[in-house]
Amino acid sequence: MMDGYTAGGGSDPASLVSQDRRRSLPAGFSRAGRLLRELYARPSSALGTTLVLVFFFMALFGPLIAPYSATEQIAGAARQAPSLQHLFGTDHLGRDVFSRVVLGARDILALAGLGTLIAVVIGTLVGMFSAYRGGWVDEISFRLFDSLLALPALLLALLLLGVVGPSRNSVLVVLVIVYVPIVARVVRSVVLSTKQKGFVEASRVQGESTSAIVRRDIFPSVTPALTVEAALRFSYAIFLVASLGFLGVGVQPPNPDWGLMVSQARPYVSLTPWALWFPAAAIALLVVGVNLAADGLKRVLLPGRQS
Amino acid sequence: MNKPSPPVLQVDGLTVAYRRGQQSLAAVRNVSLSIAAGQAYGLVGESGSGKSTLALAVMQYLPENGQITGGAVRLAGQDLATLPREQMQQVWRDQIKLVPQDPGASLNPSLRIGDQLDEALRDGGETGQELRSRSLEQLRQVRITDPERVAASYPHQLSGGMQQRVLIAMALARQPSLLILDEPTTNLDVTTEAAILDLVRDLVQDHRTAILYVSHNLGVVATLCDRVAVLYAGEMVEDLTTQQLRLRPLHPYTAGLLDSVPRVGQRAGVDPLLPIAGNIARLDALPAGCVFAPRCHLAQQPCLDVRPELEETSDGGLVRCHRWREIAAGEVSASAARPATIVVQNDAPGDASALAMTGLVKRFPVRRSLAEMLRRTSARQVHAVDGVSLHVAPRRTLGLVGESGSGKTTTARCVVGLAERTGGEVTLFDIVLAPGLDARDASVLRRLQMVFQNPDEALNPYRTVGDVLQRPLQRLMGLSPAEARAEAARLLEAVRLSPAYLDRTPGQLSGGEKQRVTIARSFASNPDVLILDESVSALDVSVQASILNLLTELQAEQGSAYLFISHDLAAVSYLADDIAVMYLGQIVEVGPTELVLHPPFHPYTEALLSAVPRLDGATEESIRLPGDLPSAIDPPGGCRFHTRCPRLLGDICREQEPPWQEAAPGHRYRCHIAPDELAAVQVIAEQNGRLRREMSGAGR
Repeated sequence: MMDGYTAGGGSDPASLVSQDRRRSLPAGFSRAGRLLRELYARPSSALGTTLVLVFFFMALFGPLIAPYSATEQIAGAARQAPSLQHLFGTDHLGRDVFSRVVLGARDILALAGLGTLIAVVIGTLVGMFSAYRGGWVDEISFRLFDSLLALPALLLALLLLGVVGPSRNSVLVVLVIVYVPIVARVVRSVVLSTKQKGFVEASRVQGESTSAIVRRDIFPSVTPALTVEAALRFSYAIFLVASLGFLGVGVQPPNPDWGLMVSQARPYVSLTPWALWFPAAAIALLVVGVNLAADGLKRVLLPGRQS
Repeated sequence: MNKPSPPVLQVDGLTVAYRRGQQSLAAVRNVSLSIAAGQAYGLVGESGSGKSTLALAVMQYLPENGQITGGAVRLAGQDLATLPREQMQQVWRDQIKLVPQDPGASLNPSLRIGDQLDEALRDGGETGQELRSRSLEQLRQVRITDPERVAASYPHQLSGGMQQRVLIAMALARQPSLLILDEPTTNLDVTTEAAILDLVRDLVQDHRTAILYVSHNLGVVATLCDRVAVLYAGEMVEDLTTQQLRLRPLHPYTAGLLDSVPRVGQRAGVDPLLPIAGNIARLDALPAGCVFAPRCHLAQQPCLDVRPELEETSDGGLVRCHRWREIAAGEVSASAARPATIVVQNDAPGDASALAMTGLVKRFPVRRSLAEMLRRTSARQVHAVDGVSLHVAPRRTLGLVGESGSGKTTTARCVVGLAERTGGEVTLFDIVLAPGLDARDASVLRRLQMVFQNPDEALNPYRTVGDVLQRPLQRLMGLSPAEARAEAARLLEAVRLSPAYLDRTPGQLSGGEKQRVTIARSFASNPDVLILDESVSALDVSVQASILNLLTELQAEQGSAYLFISHDLAAVSYLADDIAVMYLGQIVEVGPTELVLHPPFHPYTEALLSAVPRLDGATEESIRLPGDLPSAIDPPGGCRFHTRCPRLLGDICREQEPPWQEAAPGHRYRCHIAPDELAAVQVIAEQNGRLRREMSGAGR
């Protein structure tokens, strides 16, 4: 009884004065700046955001940072432990692990990022129109998506890659196929609750076309949930790309893919454990970083839904 | 009731502050009150006045960022702030109980009512059977006629009124000394509200429970409470007996609240409401002098500079106003000056109709199996609207009243095309409207617009006001963006908002401002007919009054016809030239407002009228409808109202559909009782009621 009450106390002055003004932002940079400031207001999301920014920096300026190329086999320097010369040591073929980790950032971020982006765009379009229109098309497409969701992402990815063969492009296609249903489902649930609202009905009564309503009324309501979902998808995509690389069905050698590096270093783990640790740690740090940042985004953009 | 007894609740100089960032905002400042056993004390104010905060502080149950920073709350002499947590839990369990606004959210959806009630009653030691029989007894006490069925139900199977009764039963289970009711009837129909108020009034008398009743509705408080405190922006501005409230409130704010609530039969053109100007003061920008001064019509220089003290009046009340002595002496009036009478230029009712419904039917299928879904058939249907014929004359207002579930909103949605009608015809002047919106072209849409119920949801939170207003101007009226912006500014002025609002987003507007914008939006295409679906119900009384006046003025200026839908008979009668009363999908009475409000009327209309809380005190012979609205899936045969009718004749009502009776030219109702017979009994009932009210010493 008491709990129900506190949830319903809407007319007290605290809610009057602390009215959320975040929603009234002018678009553009000040918005991104404010978002960043709010992310840095909490230690955990500040840490996550920093990690993500560091990795993005590596991806952008990798060739300037890395002292060696990714494939260069340094003569007479195989299996060296970490030192000032080779910060992360060298692997069994004499390649500089630090350089490979730094250069690998671009691959994994680009692949996971592009895959997420395409999946989010397609998923959003499908989810918005299907949910807004409703009816049996919506019913059938989402039953289909549900059946896809029943398969674990990695299993589905392996199946698909078995059909199309491993390559960077196939990994991209697989990411899109795996994540479109998930994104579409999130978008759909927001649309279903938004389309009942008075402002959507008001637009209908004023003769707005379906596409205008979806674009002007529905899409802005979807963006907060979508941003959070995209960030989460991104973190899973990184993990999936690395897993596929490790299993040998993703990015192919000699590319400096982190998952691939872990898998290649595995037979030599007693000789060159560092060649395994560092790429593994990079994967872990990036995934944790993106997750913490996504969690922070959720707190900022979707307050009151922190389950 | 007049015996001096020690107060159950004593609040002394209570100050409550909320932390917001680095700021501390005092939402309640230095409030004192006391409630004796068997006394009902009302706490009244607009949203933001601090009344809920005060209630929570009394319970020592403030949200995390709230804190009592001064004063004390004593329950039977015991300072609650000093109690350790375990003892406070005892107090919550046994002594202070709260009945909240939203009953649905306060019951556990996954437990049966009986089990939840058993839990509240459990002392330890009794058998399950003893416990259950006490639970059933408790349900009977709150006048639930079939306690066994209710105990076996889950919360979602009960109506809002029934849920609220259950919560009151739970709250009273352990015979608490103090019962706090926080807007317990705000979300309920008037008929249900009346029944709940009767119940609470009787419980106070039987159990001598002290009651703190929080509400924004002075009418409700006046029917129930002995004493009323009026809160404004966290300060008590007046504390007076209900008697004084009816006769002569001293504070201009109290007077303003009273003058904002339409009485049944009060008409916009004759006796306009006097809304309070402006918005409630923000806690982070409180005025230096009297907190109410910026909105007060009596404010003078001292009012703006010096904060008035709470002073005792000659008849034992308290008032915080520099000028109360002048008001008491009758030198100035606490009520705001009457505005120039709103000009109402309604044409006499002619034969032409702007909007006409003929035999409008809307059924919703209830599909319960896959086979039904595939075949697109259904054995059961909800008869939401069942043969409604109404017409709205040009430049006039038709009010449509009924309880929730009567089909008013579905009727509106079928008219504008948001729902596709199952049968019947809707015409706009001479054009037959297509059932669905997609099949209606822009010229029709332009002439028929709608204002939605909830202003918070009616505006896209991500669009500026200018954007919202320009869109229909460009689409429906074919204006260029520049023209549309100029026209949008003009529309804002028409709804008494400054053009500066063009660049604001809904998040920056108050509820009343939002509703003004939605009204401006629907006037953008200068419609011939405007549908207003519960458009003022969600607003505070003072805001509601100003919106009602605005609608009247706009009608005079623009010449639109209104279909005004509300469950509030007083609001409808204020605005409408004609009234139609709806029950379970059918119109049961229709006619000019003056005639509908006087006998003879349909027994359902009689019950609705009787349920409206009146400032002059409720009559004990009020008509209360038993039970809930029957299901529209399988509506009762014969007269649909026979299951609840207070004037039931007998089998004829159960078996035969009632005929339309003509009470006067243009005034018809559907009942087996002939007009003269009905008038005879109803006039006597009315006179009895009036006599009783006069005898109880009231009368405004």
